Amino acid sequence: GRACLSHTEPRTRDGRSGEEEEEEGWYQLYPGHIPTSPLQKALLAAGSAFMALYDPYRHDMVAVLGETTGCLALPNLRDKMKHHPEGYRILQERPRIRLSTLDMAKLQGLPDGSLGREYIRFLEDNKVSPDTRMPPKFVDDEELAYVIQRYREVHDLMHTLLGMPTTILGEVVVKWFEAVQTGLPMCVLGAAFGPIHLSARNLQLLATELAPWAIRSGRNASCILNVYYEQRWEQSVASLREEIGIFPPP
Amino acid sequence: AAAGLCPYRALLARRGGALRALCGSVRGLAAGPETHFGFQTVTEAERREKIYHVFENVAKKYDVMNDSMTLGVHRLWKDILLHKMNPSPGTLLLDVAGGTGDIAFRFINYVRSARERQLQQKLKHHQNLSWQEISESYQEDKFKSLGDSQVVVCDINKEMLKVGKEKAQHLGYSEGLSWVLGDAEELPFDDDKFDVYTIAFGIRNVTRIDLALQEAYRVLKPGGRFLCLEFSHVSNPLLSRLYDLYSFQVIPVLGEVIAGDWKSYQYLVESIRRFPPQEELKAMIEDAGFFKVDYQNLNSGIVAIHSGFKL
Repeated sequence: GRACLSHTEPRTRDGRSGEEEEEEGWYQLYPGHIPTSPLQKALLAAGSAFMALYDPYRHDMVAVLGETTGCLALPNLRDKMKHHPEGYRILQERPRIRLSTLDMAKLQGLPDGSLGREYIRFLEDNKVSPDTRMPPKFVDDEELAYVIQRYREVHDLMHTLLGMPTTILGEVVVKWFEAVQTGLPMCVLGAAFGPIHLSARNLQLLATELAPWAIRSGRNASCILNVYYEQRWEQSVASLREEIGIFPPP
Repeated sequence: AAAGLCPYRALLARRGGALRALCGSVRGLAAGPETHFGFQTVTEAERREKIYHVFENVAKKYDVMNDSMTLGVHRLWKDILLHKMNPSPGTLLLDVAGGTGDIAFRFINYVRSARERQLQQKLKHHQNLSWQEISESYQEDKFKSLGDSQVVVCDINKEMLKVGKEKAQHLGYSEGLSWVLGDAEELPFDDDKFDVYTIAFGIRNVTRIDLALQEAYRVLKPGGRFLCLEFSHVSNPLLSRLYDLYSFQVIPVLGEVIAGDWKSYQYLVESIRRFPPQEELKAMIEDAGFFKVDYQNLNSGIVAIHSGFKL
């Protein structure tokens, strides 16, 4: 089976001992954490994969898929962060990108072409908000839960840096980039199966121009989780792209 | 990584356990009597609130989830309940915790076809009718296709009732059906009113089962019947293990994937384990004053129908 994070005792919830304290069998490692057995994770992974394809509006299913299949990729990402000075700081300080923590007025006031200004523009144009990201539930490690949370919150910044809108095509392109960057199975699956919903013309555009560029950029770029974006709002998008190693969009 | 995590986890557990014990005693002093919500210990007030929220959340996906979790078998259980009830036209039914109307709609179908059969029998035996009698019989058909039967659906949860009403409209049920917001422990009805009282998969969510049973007794007419369809206990050890495995491993996953709500379905499977088994429920029903109390196991005890009479 998939014993990614080996539990000491997968106590079956046979429910006979209702009186004891550890009734839940496992311990809640962070708020919102739902401990799950390997079997449950497998079922969740399969179910969420199916449901995410069946109903693309079920973003929560994409999130669940990421959490239940990320047991190899997430520790990898965490280690990449630990071994990098900026990434290490992020792990220590645990910044969160939320409307309540962002100074919207200041960001809007920044010059065009700066990261902050373009990020706000992206949020407005696509009518999205950083607060709609689902908190993790099924990751059985508190630090890895933060890593996946950070990945989710940085996703919108990826859109900004890659210049991709939140259309299905745009999302698929970002998934290709993220798949190469993070190795998360959810990104790989999204990149591979997302195109199902695309028109023929978009499919061709994806195959000939956008996906190859996304892959090249993904491989060339340093780890996107190692950038402390909150301290770089004034930096121009172009210069940040160059610093990370993302090629200019076609 | 796992080895490094173990002491951390153990520390959390110990701390969590002590904290919980402290909270428990403080809570016990402050608020009301203790009861259970799934496997958690809560006060009665907390339990009522939590359960209200569970059904508020699941209302829209209630029917879909029932079909998924039981692979459609819940429909058979409800059909069997109606067959056991065998209502004749003119019956007045109170369906408590009737939420999305499954029992009510089945009841209407049942008495409607019973009524049709009744009318057909009548016609067969009265071949030589005068024109007067024929026109009278047509009038009867028009106004009494249900033969004066009525069902009142009572539920404590507004969302569930809402879904039920929409379903009724969608499926074309209007005659002989009414929807009332009410609490099983304190029914908004007069004494001795109903011929039959049903509660299908609802009594498990009632906080004071004894009060609900007393209320059931009160609102039933003398001669009235109490019917309860509910998850119960499986005694067969092998089946019990498979059932537990399915309940705890699969059902919350289904809840998450289909309804986006793990916790409500975790509560559901835990509440089933907490519910009294067949004999205990039988005793409780007898305590409320019912006679000829009996139960019938369905699927080896996964579900049981309890029946009693007010004499």
